[in-house]
Amino acid sequence: MKKVFIPLVFFFGLVIFLAIGLNRDPREIPSPLIGKAAPAFNLVTLESDKTFSPEQMLGKVWMFNVWATWCVACREEHPVLVAFAEKNQVPIVGLSYKEIQPQDPAAKQSDAVKLQVARERSALWLQRHGNPYTTSVMDLDGRVGIQYGVYGVPETYVIDQQGVIRFKHVGAVTPQLLAEKILPLMQNLGKS
Amino acid sequence: MKYTCIFLMALCMGLVHAREAVSLVDDPIEEARLVHISQELRCLVCQNESLSSSRAELADDLRREVRDLIRANKSDQEIKDFLVSRYGDFVLYRPEVKPLTWVLWFGPFVVLLIAGIFLLVYLRQRRATVQPQVLSDNERARVEQLLKD
Amino acid sequence: MIPELGHFALILATVVALIQGVLPLTGTYLPSRTLQITLQSLARPMAILQCVLVACAFAALATAFLTNDFSVTYVAQHSNSLLPKPYQFAAVWGGHEGSLLLWVLLLAVWSMAVALFSKSLPLDMVARVLGVLGLISIGFLLFILITSNPFERLLPAALDGRDLNPLLQDPGLVIHPPMLYMGYVGLSVAFAFAVAALLSGRLDAAWARWSRPWTVIAWTFLTFGIGLGSWWAYYELGWGGWWFWDPVENASLMPWLVATALIHSLMVTEKRGSFKAWTVLLAIAAFSLSLLGTFLVRSGVLTSVHAFASDPKRGVFILVFLAVVVGSSLTLFAWRAPRVTLGGRMELVSRESFLLANSVLLVVATGAVLLGTIYPLIIDALNMGKLSVGPPYFNAVFAPLLVPTVFLMVPGSIARWREAKVSEIAYTLRFSGAAAVLLAIGLPFVLGGWSLGAMLGIFLGAWVGLGTLQQVVTRLRKPGRIGLSFWGQHTAHFGIAVLVVGITGVNSYEVERDVRMHVNDVVTIEPYSFQLKSLGEVTGPNYKAVRADVEVKRGNEVIETLHPEKRRYFSSAMAMTEAGIDTGFMRDLYVSLGEPLDDARTEWSMRVYYKPFVPWLWGGVLLMVLGGLFAALDRRYRA
Repeated sequence: MKKVFIPLVFFFGLVIFLAIGLNRDPREIPSPLIGKAAPAFNLVTLESDKTFSPEQMLGKVWMFNVWATWCVACREEHPVLVAFAEKNQVPIVGLSYKEIQPQDPAAKQSDAVKLQVARERSALWLQRHGNPYTTSVMDLDGRVGIQYGVYGVPETYVIDQQGVIRFKHVGAVTPQLLAEKILPLMQNLGKS
Repeated sequence: MKYTCIFLMALCMGLVHAREAVSLVDDPIEEARLVHISQELRCLVCQNESLSSSRAELADDLRREVRDLIRANKSDQEIKDFLVSRYGDFVLYRPEVKPLTWVLWFGPFVVLLIAGIFLLVYLRQRRATVQPQVLSDNERARVEQLLKD
Repeated sequence: MIPELGHFALILATVVALIQGVLPLTGTYLPSRTLQITLQSLARPMAILQCVLVACAFAALATAFLTNDFSVTYVAQHSNSLLPKPYQFAAVWGGHEGSLLLWVLLLAVWSMAVALFSKSLPLDMVARVLGVLGLISIGFLLFILITSNPFERLLPAALDGRDLNPLLQDPGLVIHPPMLYMGYVGLSVAFAFAVAALLSGRLDAAWARWSRPWTVIAWTFLTFGIGLGSWWAYYELGWGGWWFWDPVENASLMPWLVATALIHSLMVTEKRGSFKAWTVLLAIAAFSLSLLGTFLVRSGVLTSVHAFASDPKRGVFILVFLAVVVGSSLTLFAWRAPRVTLGGRMELVSRESFLLANSVLLVVATGAVLLGTIYPLIIDALNMGKLSVGPPYFNAVFAPLLVPTVFLMVPGSIARWREAKVSEIAYTLRFSGAAAVLLAIGLPFVLGGWSLGAMLGIFLGAWVGLGTLQQVVTRLRKPGRIGLSFWGQHTAHFGIAVLVVGITGVNSYEVERDVRMHVNDVVTIEPYSFQLKSLGEVTGPNYKAVRADVEVKRGNEVIETLHPEKRRYFSSAMAMTEAGIDTGFMRDLYVSLGEPLDDARTEWSMRVYYKPFVPWLWGGVLLMVLGGLFAALDRRYRA
């Protein structure tokens, strides 16, 4: 091949990559935790001061859903989750992520007050919009979220009986996603 | 009376006396490490900003984590590993040198080397092929004529 | 009514561009001489007419902004009735659609300039050059009309606009896009000349001489535009950073690097008839990189603080346009380039070979920037993961590549054409070289500490600075008039020396203090002290701000009072920092107001910087711009 064709070939290679790139989302971050054990934690729940840890879910296939009352997209996905939980009887554990935001007046209060306010708000919200969660853990400072690689809300994980993360979705869960990806995955895992 | 005045004056001077500003952070060395490391990390929710300069909420949280790890005497590499194991390579602004990034890191220098060799070969070849043009006597006369005009 | 007229003008402009793009070029292929001349003669008037029409469209959009016509969607998105009038005008190019219209306007202006200032050009060349420019215009005009119409109506009209992004409400950022676009678009002229040369088969020294002034002017604008953007980021973003290797910044740097290589390569083609194919390829590459930059900014494939709101449909259009323009020109190149004659003889060491090395180094550096910018995209496209390539990579790879490039500037401009001796060059430069080495070893200690980077930077800056001065003095001693081209070259080269010292100084010797301040607190960076005198609230036309008065003293002498602000714009709740900067010849003193640390708002976090040599950064850029202007105005190139 003659040397003069090198620029042309190089350019077409570039165009192909750019064309593929048009269909990708440059800000979507795949999780490196898939296939790894779900990070351990011990947090109080919305309902009581008795703590919850992922250990308690060993032997079951479950969903872990990161949400907050201030999150707009969560409101969109919430009815979907409620319907899913009802129909399929799958355990969904919620992670109430940074319910008290920094600009919130309650943010300056003591931890005990913050926890109380967060619980009240979340409980009210769940009353109004439905509660798909078997329980919801309170991650007020977002540390557990960081352990799970959370960078936005809502996010959803599927964790298997051995406590290994099998799937993560960033953004609102849609009925299509549940039907095509999550439910089949959970059923598959449930069989093995 | 005199002493009251002096006392009051001294009081006033004490009140107006400029104070040296306190450093914003408790431990400048720790903070310097934080800045150094976070400049090489990406703010995950921003449109291309470093963790050091971003004001996003997640950035505050991640800086807090990094600060805790610094206080726990973790090395730079350990801190980076902590974040990469949770967020992937995307969080590093300095891509790790591994087979996946060899082309990235070494490519330009390899290309430079190859280009340099090509350049030398080209110049040598060219010197051999392009003969100096010798003017014939006729042409030389014409040149002199033109130059005189 | 006026927006509709503007829209109509654009449609007419597209028709005219079609005529301009197709007919004159066709005219160059027809056998009949009269037909040839008739069609080719259409080029100039069509280019002028297109410019008038696009200018009308632009004026219509500007009118919509200046009269607060919020029934136009684009105006409602980017303007506001409280926005000061100058910014209302600048808001025309504050968003995607309007900035594209600016692009097209400047393309039409450049085309008209070529039409008017090409008296010495043969008609068929004029036809080809304007024809190519016309074809490019068609692409952009169609892009606007089909996907990005700024004249779309919003019904019912908005009561008020969303306001121009507060970041853009600044004089620096008002002229940065037009200057940058003048550069990007100007490279299309060099491109058009290159393609015209390939089409005509006439690739010779004359072509290089015609191309050169257009290329130099485009380069000058691009230099100015990039410098402005960098300066703006420096004073606006609050911590004095000036280059972030953001994809959009890289998109402006790449054409600049190649344009620099192109200017130097054109010199060789003009003087010695050599490197013709390489020069043509550089001209095609420079404009291709401009188009690539347009794609990267508007398609959403890369994340950037600069990116316009993205839309995949627009991305597809630009990509297809890019593929067609660059693909066809590279095909034309592959077809025609082998027939090009070789040109004059040159030795292994000669000015030609130095300039060729300059080309190679700049192109490799461009390649490195391109690689780093799109590597994440490539890896993602190959499904091999997601990674980021940021400043640490670019600083580690780009700087080493630029060191030899800058170094060779001096011997390269001394070397004789055709044949030069290294020993002779070294001998000529013995004093400059020795002085540069001494400065590099000694100066770092004076400035505050030794580091490899500081030494290398000072050496390169002194080497180029002294080497350039030496050449100027040597030439001044000889008789004969000195052309502007000479002054241009050496001013620009000296500008690089100043720029290198500026970068080295601020990178190696900057001092930062992060403090909490109450009124009357003092922070010291020897020998300067900064005292917070008072805090107050001010109200601007469309914002409210907290303003600090900081008195800067050197020893006991008051130098200045700086007024850093923290602004909150009414329209967007975005908090903006306005730094207080005192600029001297050798340093900047930079103060930026942070956040209140207590509820009473009496204690604030502040950042105080001592930035040595930063003014040399901007000074160096201005010298380069001046150099470009001198070079472009040289008598040899005037029509």
